[in-house]
Amino acid sequence: MSTSAASATGGERITMLKVLNPFHIWALGVGIVLVGEFMGWNFSVAKGGAYGSLIACWVIGLLYTCVAMIDSEVTSTVAAAGGQYTQAKHIIGPLMAFNVGLYLVMAYTMLEAADALVVGDLMKSGAEALGYAGLDTKPFVVLTIAFLAWLNYRGVFMTLTLNFVITLFAFFAILVLFLVTDPVHPGAVLKHSELLTDLPYGWIGVIASLQFGMWYYLGIEGTCQAAEEVRSAGRAIPLGTMGGMMTLLVAASLTWYICSGLMPWQYLGQAVTPLYDAASLIGNTKVQVLLFIGTMFSAIASANGCINDAARAWFSLGRDRYMPVWFGAIHPRYRTPYRSIIFLIPIAVSFAFTGLLDQVITFSILSGLLGYTFMSINMVKFRKKWPLNSIKRGYIHPFHPIPAITLFILCSAVYFATFLGYGASLLSIMAFYIVASLWFTFRRYQFVKRGDQFTMPWPRPKGY
Amino acid sequence: MAKKFIPKKQSGLGQFVDSIFILVLVYVSLYIPLWLKSESAAAAANNGPKPTWESLHLPAVIQEQWVKLGYDAEKAAALIDTKFDYTIDPVMLLVTAAVIIGYFIYMIKVSDKQYREVIAEKFGDK
Repeated sequence: MSTSAASATGGERITMLKVLNPFHIWALGVGIVLVGEFMGWNFSVAKGGAYGSLIACWVIGLLYTCVAMIDSEVTSTVAAAGGQYTQAKHIIGPLMAFNVGLYLVMAYTMLEAADALVVGDLMKSGAEALGYAGLDTKPFVVLTIAFLAWLNYRGVFMTLTLNFVITLFAFFAILVLFLVTDPVHPGAVLKHSELLTDLPYGWIGVIASLQFGMWYYLGIEGTCQAAEEVRSAGRAIPLGTMGGMMTLLVAASLTWYICSGLMPWQYLGQAVTPLYDAASLIGNTKVQVLLFIGTMFSAIASANGCINDAARAWFSLGRDRYMPVWFGAIHPRYRTPYRSIIFLIPIAVSFAFTGLLDQVITFSILSGLLGYTFMSINMVKFRKKWPLNSIKRGYIHPFHPIPAITLFILCSAVYFATFLGYGASLLSIMAFYIVASLWFTFRRYQFVKRGDQFTMPWPRPKGY
Repeated sequence: MAKKFIPKKQSGLGQFVDSIFILVLVYVSLYIPLWLKSESAAAAANNGPKPTWESLHLPAVIQEQWVKLGYDAEKAAALIDTKFDYTIDPVMLLVTAAVIIGYFIYMIKVSDKQYREVIAEKFGDK
């Protein structure tokens, strides 16, 4: 039951195809995130200086390591589309699950919109460089979303295989840029000793920079959405997720090292494409072109992964009737959640064209953050309701409950960081989730079957 | 054994209205900060005479990088003088903390009540 859904043709039950391996999981997780190294992370430099951003990189790296550890255990045990949503449904309860489903859909759809805008802006910059000024970016934004949605519609294997290739290329571009900066001879190209300064705002700036430090890794938890489509969830999810985290830690450190050694922090803190700017400063045309393509590929890979994940989360909400059941259908031929994929296209496009990029990005980050807070609570409840050896786990993460407690504390720090910079957005986004929760409790839940929500072959939870 | 709950069937129109409701809610929450116009954007503090590289007192290497990036002294000064204000309003901080904590407490309590119904129907009464 958990792996099936109504087909488009009626009562027949069909499942998604189990065709993915750990490389696809890596491509999904890193693909969504890597664009954050090409742009976005550097806003943390504006908030707390270059060293503040580096501290944020490590602190938030610890937050995401906890996320990856927890996710690997729970997802390898609850292997179903919807990822954290399905986990919440089985471990905490329906209202939490509904909220987690919304976090996922909002975080990924809004990130997808921002990615498509980046592709449009890059096309404009590229056209300008070739002598065609004033290119209209809108058609490229729509085309990017539409093409990637079509790819997602046609099948997950090709979608994530493409993601693997372009994500690897983008990662390779960062490695090449690092090597070109002659890192073994400090001062030759990279000028850290002259460019690095003390913390411009002191430690409060470091805390404020945590919010944009999330960009280094935001979305790696999306690997869970493929749990229903991997050949072996117990192997592929932990391998792909933890491998992805290691890749991102390397990419984030290299990115910081290159950019902070080439640009004054005040410039870096507001740069739109800092890695591309770094390549421009080196003055090597080939590397510049490589970084242009790398930036473009990273944005496309991110949008592609986001469509994949948002559609699966929306599909799962529909399958359980948390949202209209019409969305809970799988394509009879391509075995993809096609109605959810199509439904989210105009929504992503409309987010891209609101002109509210700041709010859209903050909504995306905060939805992710709310999801991480949930994970810390979820992990504690999971081990309490089903202690070790009471059910078969694909993977058991070490040192419980230290990762869960660390995650909770770090999430609290990021809420404070968000309050420092985007207090009004924080409150309005919380208002959205509160109203949505009331709506679910007093209206939507009447359409939901009770016992059918629990689909795992587990014994009764302890204490219930 | 707990009595099986039979959910209401929802019409196509009802499904459509429910989908639109969530979308409208998202857009409203995206626009609220704009209506309030209260986000703390960084502000430039320089109201003095037109800056020069000499007046900025930058080390030679840093000045060189600004020039390579295509900046003159005036444009660079606009960025260098831009500062964030991290003054904390304690009342707003308390309100924000109360909203987030209250939200999670409400969600966990209601979820637990709903979860007990799910478990009772799935596994039978204890």
